[in-house]
Amino acid sequence: MKVELRNVTKAFPSRNKKSGEEVIAVNDCSFTIPDGKLIGLLGPSGCGKSTTLYMICGLQKPTKGQIFFGEDDVTGLAPENRGVGLVFQNYALYPHLTVKQNILFPLQNLKGADKLSKEEMLKRAYETAKLVQIDELMDRKPSELSGGQQQRVAIARALVKMPRVLLLDEPLSNLDARLRLQTREEIRRIQRETKITTVFVTHDQDEAMSISDFIVVMKAGVVQQIGKPQAVYDDPDNLFVAKFLGTPPINVFNGSVKGGKVYIGEEAVLSVNGVNDGEVYVGIRPEGFILDENGPLGCKLINVEVMGRDVSVVSSNPASLNPTIRSIINADAGVDHDAETVRFSVKPHKLFLFDKESEKRIRFEVK
Amino acid sequence: MVEGKQKWKAWLYLAPAIVLLLVFTVWPIINTVRMAFLEGYSGLKVAGGESFAFGVGNFVKVIKYQKFLSCLKNTVLLCVLTVPISSLLALLVAVFLNSIKWLQKPLQTIFFLPYVTNSIAIGMVFAAMFNIVGSFYGTDNEIIVTAGIINNIIEFFGGKAVNWINYGSSYAANITVMVIYIVWNALPFKILILLGGLQSINKQYYDAAKVDGTSRRRIFARITVPLLSPMLAYVVITGFIGGFKEYTSIIGIFGEAMGPADAAGRLNTMVGFIYDALSTNNQGRASAAALILFGIILVVTLINLQVSKKRVHY
Repeated sequence: MKVELRNVTKAFPSRNKKSGEEVIAVNDCSFTIPDGKLIGLLGPSGCGKSTTLYMICGLQKPTKGQIFFGEDDVTGLAPENRGVGLVFQNYALYPHLTVKQNILFPLQNLKGADKLSKEEMLKRAYETAKLVQIDELMDRKPSELSGGQQQRVAIARALVKMPRVLLLDEPLSNLDARLRLQTREEIRRIQRETKITTVFVTHDQDEAMSISDFIVVMKAGVVQQIGKPQAVYDDPDNLFVAKFLGTPPINVFNGSVKGGKVYIGEEAVLSVNGVNDGEVYVGIRPEGFILDENGPLGCKLINVEVMGRDVSVVSSNPASLNPTIRSIINADAGVDHDAETVRFSVKPHKLFLFDKESEKRIRFEVK
Repeated sequence: MVEGKQKWKAWLYLAPAIVLLLVFTVWPIINTVRMAFLEGYSGLKVAGGESFAFGVGNFVKVIKYQKFLSCLKNTVLLCVLTVPISSLLALLVAVFLNSIKWLQKPLQTIFFLPYVTNSIAIGMVFAAMFNIVGSFYGTDNEIIVTAGIINNIIEFFGGKAVNWINYGSSYAANITVMVIYIVWNALPFKILILLGGLQSINKQYYDAAKVDGTSRRRIFARITVPLLSPMLAYVVITGFIGGFKEYTSIIGIFGEAMGPADAAGRLNTMVGFIYDALSTNNQGRASAAALILFGIILVVTLINLQVSKKRVHY
């Protein structure tokens, strides 16, 4: 089921009644989620991603704009009539019911033509439980399950009524690191098997990049960029997106463009075409540095962290906006751990220019 | 391990509380049991130097006593009627209060008023509300003037005034008034507990149920009530314990006569019986009745706990 948001805005009334200013959680948000894909809604906390999810779900009504499932306008529809399954951040499993009863709960609500016989309900419940691999835990109470198992039960409960859209609110945030890796693979597998259009919310870019078909990056209620994870990473539209994606994060410098050359401090690191002269931000991905004795960019070496395959060179430069510059260098390059300074040259496609005012990307051609 | 000196300090700090408890709680309990098993024990006779034989005579006497059986009947009847009614009403009011935003605070205050009002005062107001003034009762010249607001309302809607509590009123009418009074008086505490319980239920359960298209009735029966069950159990159990100690409410409405003028003592309860026995220097009988009351409350509470084991989800 294709999901489309058209100019959706959500404003909450102000808490402070005197000032009367509304809090705009989501501002004129438009995007389309293709059928059968896994979408990650990504952004820092408070950026409106959960609100967006709840609006798709129907628990919150947009102040303006429309939401479509396929060709149907569902904007005014209550959640139960939208055919959505929602997995809450802390699962919201009914604590007094067993796993089986929890999974059966949505089925028992079905009325009229959709009503199922007891055998059908049980069959569906067990099928779904098998899909998320909890069919051996059916008689346990949620309190007797681990976090990962509870998560699966919550997904099973959302899936059992065969929703048109599956929504997951921060599905991995309550799990420990190891389980998080495992569960995100699991979510990917379940989504592939069921082919249900799935939207999940996360503040962890790693999580979103690793399993999503598409990511939607949001900031302060505004969609910043939409695209395939790799495409967004390789081609960010603005400084925020560039900074938000990638670990270690992108290195940002105060720089300038003069006569077709990109300067960091006094050092010209790249020759470019099609950029007006002026002050810019220069962003360089950690993997965009090449260790080069004759390279244009000189930095004071602070530390070299050995990671096995690669080394992470930590250095500093007065023009850097980050406290330290992190570059990932192949271990074969042979870094001198005791040197005072290191020199780099830069991979052109890993270097981005951003406008100082708007922080928008300035695209260029490499000379 | 605590050092020897530390230990003494600990006991020293505990001493005031322990001494008070021993003198005013533990010893009276032991003494109650002792007096209950001493045949015909009486404070007056102790002063006269009499001694008493050990036995269960007090219990036998109490159980055979017609007045005691009537007290027991009143107590049990009031308990069985008021606890379920007040618990159910409190649940409905709490759910209603919890579901509205507008006027929630003022309504909460109104519902809580009985709790901070003296129960004798409430009783007197109730007595005035249910009042009927009549004279020359049972004669041809009988005059009935209704001054109570309840009867005024009944008459306004074309009904016939009921003699609720005055001379010549029926037992059923008396009990009805008592039930209304006790339920009303018991509501605030229960509403408070249940409202607290409701507000501590995670809203996400309701969101989850909403997404799954659960009907309101099913949400109430399958989510609200089970999640509230620890509070409900608490309210019912304390309700029964309080109910078996019913006494002041009767005094509040009927005064020390414990019944209408022509049937004094008709609405007496277990605690009233114990009080009467004490005031006539029959401490042995009072103790025996107290132990019987204790036994009844114990059994009822055990049954309550047993039932709640199956029904309550902690």
